[in-house]
Amino acid sequence: MKNNIPLLKRVRENRLFWPLVALALIFIFDAIFAPGFFKIGIVEGHLFGNLIDVFNNAAPLMLVSLGMTLVIATGGVDLSVGAVIAISAAMGTVLINPALGNELITNDILAANTTNTPLWLVVMADLGAGVLCGFWNGLLVSRGKISPMVATLILMVAGRGIAQLITNGQIMTVYYTPYWWFGNGFIWGLPVSIYIVVVVFLLAWVLVRKTSIGLFIESVGINPKSTYYSGISEKNIKLFAYTFCGFCGAIAGLILSSYIHGCDANNIGLNYELDAIFAVVIGGTLMSGGRFSLLASVVGALIIWTFTITMYTFGVPANALLAGRAVLVLVVILLYSDYTRRILNKIVEQKGLRHGPTN
Amino acid sequence: MAQRIKFFLINNGPLLTTITIFVLVYFAGGRLYPAMQKPQVFFNLFINTASLLIVSIGMTFVIITKGIDLSVAGMIALTSAASAALLVKGISPVIVMPLMLLMGIAFGIAMGSIIQYLKVEPFIVTLMGLFFARGMAYIITLSSLTIKDPVYRYLALTKVHIPFFEKAYVYIPSLIGPLLLVVVIYLANFTRFGRTVYAIGNNEQSALLMGLPVARTKITVYAFGGFCSALAGIVFSISLLSGYGGYAPGMELDAIASVVIGGTMLTGGVGNVIGTLFGVLINGTIVSILQFNGTLSSWWTRIGVGALTLIFIGIQSLFYMKKKN
Repeated sequence: MKNNIPLLKRVRENRLFWPLVALALIFIFDAIFAPGFFKIGIVEGHLFGNLIDVFNNAAPLMLVSLGMTLVIATGGVDLSVGAVIAISAAMGTVLINPALGNELITNDILAANTTNTPLWLVVMADLGAGVLCGFWNGLLVSRGKISPMVATLILMVAGRGIAQLITNGQIMTVYYTPYWWFGNGFIWGLPVSIYIVVVVFLLAWVLVRKTSIGLFIESVGINPKSTYYSGISEKNIKLFAYTFCGFCGAIAGLILSSYIHGCDANNIGLNYELDAIFAVVIGGTLMSGGRFSLLASVVGALIIWTFTITMYTFGVPANALLAGRAVLVLVVILLYSDYTRRILNKIVEQKGLRHGPTN
Repeated sequence: MAQRIKFFLINNGPLLTTITIFVLVYFAGGRLYPAMQKPQVFFNLFINTASLLIVSIGMTFVIITKGIDLSVAGMIALTSAASAALLVKGISPVIVMPLMLLMGIAFGIAMGSIIQYLKVEPFIVTLMGLFFARGMAYIITLSSLTIKDPVYRYLALTKVHIPFFEKAYVYIPSLIGPLLLVVVIYLANFTRFGRTVYAIGNNEQSALLMGLPVARTKITVYAFGGFCSALAGIVFSISLLSGYGGYAPGMELDAIASVVIGGTMLTGGVGNVIGTLFGVLINGTIVSILQFNGTLSSWWTRIGVGALTLIFIGIQSLFYMKKKN
């Protein structure tokens, strides 16, 4: 009896409600204290402003949190996405760069607008590396029966080492302009990265909502054993989730390395695994697995970056911002804890009773 | 007798494997680089991994309760930055050091309480702790502060000679880790607290039903973890004689890997602090082999540690299955 539930309650129990409230709170804060935040101008034919920055900067995180949502929904966690970003970025930049091996990169090599490998091959290698990493994680978790945290921890520890092995320990710089397009280009006034996010989101959405994979993922997250006994290959579902997460990490790596025109294996995608998990948690997906919402996770990623850009506009140094982010996590934890929910539900329901029986 | 030996081997398998791997790695290093055979190189392991050892000891307890503490590196950075800032202001180390330890304990209690009472994943809470601690450290100082305090300098530069080994020495802070280890071995194996920690890790529900003080013990474990991190931070700032928010990047990973290599299972309930010591030593040995080689780059450390962790998980699950049978 859907209609019997009062509208307020239905809205309140929607997955998107709390994330959107949080986002709205930050926007209201901005509207009061930094009115310039919403200003959007047009520079050289494309839109320009803080809001666009939020979307552009949040794009890699949104991608990673899409993959992370599926992994967390199966009851796992992928700690290696930051390392996967580094590996795929390293792969792409190394293939472009003509100076391989122990050769020192000199200016006359770099100044040329050339690439060592065709761009489509670079992108393929980039994605391939990420998918391979995800596949490896998936194999360890599903076939090796290692707990997800440990399994992905291995790649998290070793991944940046592997990335440095690929770049031979150098910080790669890309002077090949077509590669810059992914992170810096514009289509119809909007950054390319936004379109990439939309495409991947639609792909994921169709995969999990228009086929039964989404349902399988949720059932694996809720009870892997009974899923197995109902004849669903629990292993392959897990394998798929981790591989998809690696794929998303690879695209994020592509965008990030294209955005900064290069790859520093030590720092690219640093703390992304943590931010992505955080985004998924804000989105209301339980760490224990089960029901998930892709859109809510994307909103979660947006919240993180809106907060970050807001703090930047207030002149908070990037490093000190970590503390601010921690406070944000604390607030979210408090909001989401059972205690707060119970108290909130009580308050709202008491009011409802005074107005008469609801149902 | 044969039965008993077999039982002993299966029970202590992971620990024995860790020790064997350490000995093998060390001897391999010694064969490759004869300079590594000097006793001083062995004691250098304790000097170089002083703070990692302390952190890993705290981490072992946390992991045995099925938790995890990602905040340790942040706490080290915060402690080093805060103590450097206080020492620069001219405050006596006699006040600064206990203050730092208190801060660590308070931090741990706060995280433990959130984990216990708000029922949030330890992963997320301690991650928040990591961000918070590092951010606070950067708020205290955006650049590295030098410590010129005479007491810190004395602690940092005084050599302690090892008996029976000529010319071998360690510094005073490197002794803290092994001392703490002895205390913790007693705590883990011979006290009620230690038993409760293992019981919680095995099955929190049944520990609760048995009437064990689960909440108190869990919070104590995180408080102890915070204490260890703060202690490691003091050791770290003594050995570098400076404080900065960016110190010890990724040390939480090294600590977790060391604990896992030491035979503690991340699924909780199984583990040994002695194993952690050898896990840390293996980590240190890999680093020193790379240093002796000279041509290999530091990223091989991470790859090596990752590979070892993988091997270890395999070995652990093997022993676990044997034990079950």
